[in-house]
Amino acid sequence: MTFHVSPLHVSPPLSSSTIPSPAVVVSHLRRAYGSRVVIENLNLRIERGEFVALLGESGCGKTTLLRALAGLDPIQGGRIVAPRRPAVVFQEHRLLPWGNLWRNVSLGLQHPDARERAGAALAEVGLGDRLDDWPRNLSGGQAQRVALARALVQQPELLLLDEPFAALDALTRIRMHELVRVLVASHRPGVLLVTHDVDEAIALADRILVMRDGRIAFEHRTKADASTPIARADLLAELGVLASPLPA
Amino acid sequence: MSNIEQTAANVEFDQPQRADESSASSDKPGLTIGRHGLLALSWLAPVALVIIWELLARAGWLSPQVLPAPSKVIQTAIRLVTTDNLLGDLGISLLRAAAGFAIGGSVGFTLGILVGFSRIAEAAIDRSIQMIRAIPFIASLPLVIVWLGVGEAEKIFLVALGVTFPIYINTTLGIRQVDPKLVELGRVQGLSSLQLILRIVLPGALPSILTGIRYALATAWLALVVAETIGAQSGIGFLAMDAREFLRTDVIVLTIVIYALIGVAADAIARLLERRLLAWHPNYGAAR
Repeated sequence: MTFHVSPLHVSPPLSSSTIPSPAVVVSHLRRAYGSRVVIENLNLRIERGEFVALLGESGCGKTTLLRALAGLDPIQGGRIVAPRRPAVVFQEHRLLPWGNLWRNVSLGLQHPDARERAGAALAEVGLGDRLDDWPRNLSGGQAQRVALARALVQQPELLLLDEPFAALDALTRIRMHELVRVLVASHRPGVLLVTHDVDEAIALADRILVMRDGRIAFEHRTKADASTPIARADLLAELGVLASPLPA
Repeated sequence: MSNIEQTAANVEFDQPQRADESSASSDKPGLTIGRHGLLALSWLAPVALVIIWELLARAGWLSPQVLPAPSKVIQTAIRLVTTDNLLGDLGISLLRAAAGFAIGGSVGFTLGILVGFSRIAEAAIDRSIQMIRAIPFIASLPLVIVWLGVGEAEKIFLVALGVTFPIYINTTLGIRQVDPKLVELGRVQGLSSLQLILRIVLPGALPSILTGIRYALATAWLALVVAETIGAQSGIGFLAMDAREFLRTDVIVLTIVIYALIGVAADAIARLLERRLLAWHPNYGAAR
């Protein structure tokens, strides 16, 4: 099956889903630190249920974009329209060391049955029996799974992942990829994954963007023909790793 | 025969205990003495000192006017509790310390919160507080007596003065040291400003605040000793000054011992607070 769809209808067909609705629409975004412009005239639309990976060299502005989408930094021009507050998973787990796991997961959750909801979210990431345990008893991978549960318990329409697996060992990272794939398939938020790992982007994303000099310089839809050698080489060339790009 | 049986029974009985000890000392390899042995060893020197003191006093090497025997001090304590009002004086001293601590602690904590959260408050009051802090608070005693006279107010004021600054400094420090990444996370999770303070900033500042409380307990005690030494009509300090008039060295030594014991007790309470409230903290928590 090939994807000849307009940019407005990129989410894969689902029997239950009707018309796709955007998780976020960014238009003409401009972000500058003082006089140094980091992002200029950037446009991006992510549908609910769509998994977008954002690649780029260090300092290209990809984390700046994510922080702007999260509402953590002010923007200097353009518009970001998101229906609800996005959830964020950072590179560090950022668990509160003084709260047990269910209190960490339910942080910011305004609900009388916060504990049950946190428990359900922890069960989804395979830690359903650790509700009253403390963050310092967790391994790096487990802590990042709790951070994932904390993001998903908010039922976000947009999930922002800022290199969440970068600090994990290779085997744990592969397991996390599988977990994220399953969770995103069941919760169907729009996802923006910022990463520097080309293989991670190919393994997870429906759409891969390469950012360069504050713009989106390259776009590749990977859902249909995952991990073809050409796509990988293309991406590496776009990232400036290979001297000359292979003919696409 | 019965001897052998007893030994065998002892070995069996000892086994679980031994297993316990090996697991306890497995944290630090190479230890042969064990935890209880080390505890006993740490008490050896102080106990020996008291025994030597007692022996020297009994042998007549120490004049009772210079340093009475420990047994004599204990007798004096019993006599003062039963016939005199030692417990009443102790209660009055503790009450003064508690009142001063409550007042000084509240003032220091409130100012610390203000300055910790607000750059404007810091600019407005931090320099003044640091200037007052530079004065050794005991040096202000003559002035305090001129203001308040020699009474309860003067004593409580001096304690409060000594307590305010350690609490203030450690509260502001604790708030400043909270990981900004956790504060950012709180914003991402949609916490209100009040929730952010209650769930992230104050818990994060708690280790530092408790350190301040521990310092403050020590200064509170010091302030009380000084205040009670001058013109008290009751309390442990009054007892000591009264005994000085009559050259009752045994009573003087007793009051010193009481001050020391209360200092130790206050520190133990502070440590218990740390263990309870900071159970999550790798440097304090006892239980996993």
